[in-house]
Amino acid sequence: MASTTTAMPPPLRARASNRFLRVVVNHLATAAAVGSTILVMAPLIAIFMYLLFKGASSLNLAFFTQVPKPVGEVGGGMANSILGSGILLAIASLMGVPIGIAGGIYIAEYGRNKRLANMVRFTADVLNGVPSIVMGIAIYTLIVVPQKHFSALAGGVALGIMMIPTITRTTEEMLLMVPLNVREAALGLGVPNWRSVLSITLRTASPGVITGCMLAFARVAGETAPLLFTAFGNQFWSTSVNQPIAALPLQIFVYALSPYDEWHRLAWAGALVLIVLIVVSVALVRYVAGRGVLKGAS
Amino acid sequence: MGVEIEVSDLNAWYGTNHTLQSISLRIPANHATALIGPSGCGKSTFVRCLNRMHETNPIGRVTGTVRVGPTDIYAQASPVEIRRRIGMVFQRPNPFPTMSIYDNVASGLRLNGFRNRKVLDEVVERSLQQAALWDEVKNDLKKKSGASLSGGQQQRLCIARALAVDPEVMLMDEPASALDPVSTAKIEDLIFQLKSQYTIVIVTHNMQQAARVAENTGFFLNGKLVEFDATHKIFTNPTDKRTEDYITGRFG
Repeated sequence: MASTTTAMPPPLRARASNRFLRVVVNHLATAAAVGSTILVMAPLIAIFMYLLFKGASSLNLAFFTQVPKPVGEVGGGMANSILGSGILLAIASLMGVPIGIAGGIYIAEYGRNKRLANMVRFTADVLNGVPSIVMGIAIYTLIVVPQKHFSALAGGVALGIMMIPTITRTTEEMLLMVPLNVREAALGLGVPNWRSVLSITLRTASPGVITGCMLAFARVAGETAPLLFTAFGNQFWSTSVNQPIAALPLQIFVYALSPYDEWHRLAWAGALVLIVLIVVSVALVRYVAGRGVLKGAS
Repeated sequence: MGVEIEVSDLNAWYGTNHTLQSISLRIPANHATALIGPSGCGKSTFVRCLNRMHETNPIGRVTGTVRVGPTDIYAQASPVEIRRRIGMVFQRPNPFPTMSIYDNVASGLRLNGFRNRKVLDEVVERSLQQAALWDEVKNDLKKKSGASLSGGQQQRLCIARALAVDPEVMLMDEPASALDPVSTAKIEDLIFQLKSQYTIVIVTHNMQQAARVAENTGFFLNGKLVEFDATHKIFTNPTDKRTEDYITGRFG
C-alpha cells in the first residue's frame, strides 16, 4: 500500500481553492441541468396553455356530439372527426404494431449478422425519414387509385406504415438489452426458442417496446399530410372503412385555412382535443401495462 | 431418479478455438461429481455440452457422443427434449425479472404448455421445499418478483425452477461463486440432499467445495481431462503430477 500512498494527489486541505471551484462547478452543472429541463418542458407547456386559452371556450357538448354545420350556420362539432381519428388509428395500430414488433424480433433474435436483417434495419431507417406527404401519395397510388375512391382503410394503412419503423427499431434495441443469462435460463429449461423469444425475451423487454409503440402512435395521431389523399375527410357521419372518413388533424387543417372566425375557433378546440386525447391514450396504455408489474421487478 | 452419463471422445470448439479435446468419462447416477480446474480450462464448456447449451452459441461446435441414460443426446434427441431432462443452474442467479416467485418456478412447465393449476401449485411448493426456500418466500409467492430476492435466495429460486420440471440430471456451473459464505453453505447442503434423487454435475473453483459435496472429481487443464477419480483419491493421492500441483496451490 505504501507505493500507492505516495502516488496519491496532495491532501485536500492543501487545495482549498480547488474545493471552492468544485462547489461552484457543481452548482453550475445543477443549474444547467435544471435550465435544460425547463427549456425542454417550456414549449409543451406553452403550446398547451395557448390551446387552452384559444380553444377551451369553444368546447361544449355539441363539439363532441355533432357533425360540422354548413358554412354560415353557427355551432356544430367534430364528433365525426374524433370517431374518424379513432378508427384510423385503430387500423394503423392493428397493422403497425404487430408488423413493427415482428420486424424488431426478426432483426434482434433471428437475423444477427444476416444480410436480410441489415436490409430490414436499413429500410426501416429510410422509411422513418420518408416525408409523410410522400407516404400519402404512395398509398394514393397503391390503394386509392385502384379502388377509385378515398377510404378510411387507405388512411389507416398510410398511418400504419409510418408506425412500423419506429416500433421495429425500438423493439430491436429493447430486445438486445435483455441479458444473455435470461435467455439461457429459458433455453436451459427446455423451452423452444420461439417460445423463449415471445414469453421471456419480449416480455422482459415489454416496457420499452410499449414505449416505442406509444411514441409511434402519438406521432401518427397528429399526422395530416398522409391523410389528404387517402382518408380525404368527410363532413358527415361515417364509420365505414370503405368510405372517406373525417380525422381531427384534417378537420383542423380545413377549418384553420378557412376565412371564417367560427371555424377558426373550432380548429383551436379541435387541436386542444387532439392533444388531450393523445396524452390520455398514452397514459392509459402505460397504466394498464404497468398494473401487472410486481414488487422489485426491474 | 438420476441416470448415468457416459461421455466419449467429446470435442468442442468456439470458432477455431479447440476448447475441449477428446474428453471421455463416466458420471455415475445419483452421485455428485465435481469438475475443477483453472479459469478457461474448459470445465464450463464441458457441462454446457451435456445439455446441448454449447450449440446455442453461434460459433460453438461439438463432436463425439454423450449418453444420458439410454439416450445418445446428439444423435437421438432434440436439444429442447434434452434440456427438459437435464436441468441447469448458472453461475449468476438468473430469475426471470418480470415474473413473480411462483411464476418463475412454474415457468418450465407453463412454457411447455402445462396449465393444470392444482398440479402447478403442488409442484411449486415441492420444488421450493426441495430448494430450501419455501419458508422464506411462502407468503410472497405471487406478490414479489423473483428479482427482488437476495442473491442467495435467487440462486435457490433458480434451483427450484430447474427442479420443477423434474429432471434426471442437474448441471451446476459454479452455482455458489457469486454468493456469500452463508448462502454457499445452504447451496452445498442442498446438493447433498438432492444427490439421492438426481445425478449432479457441479463445476467449481473452490476445491474445498468439491471435497465437501462430491464423490468423484475431475480435473481439467487446457481443454483436457487430466484426471478423473474418487474425490478423496484426487485430493490425497492424485496420480498425475499436474493434479497435485493444482490442488496444492502451485498454480491456478
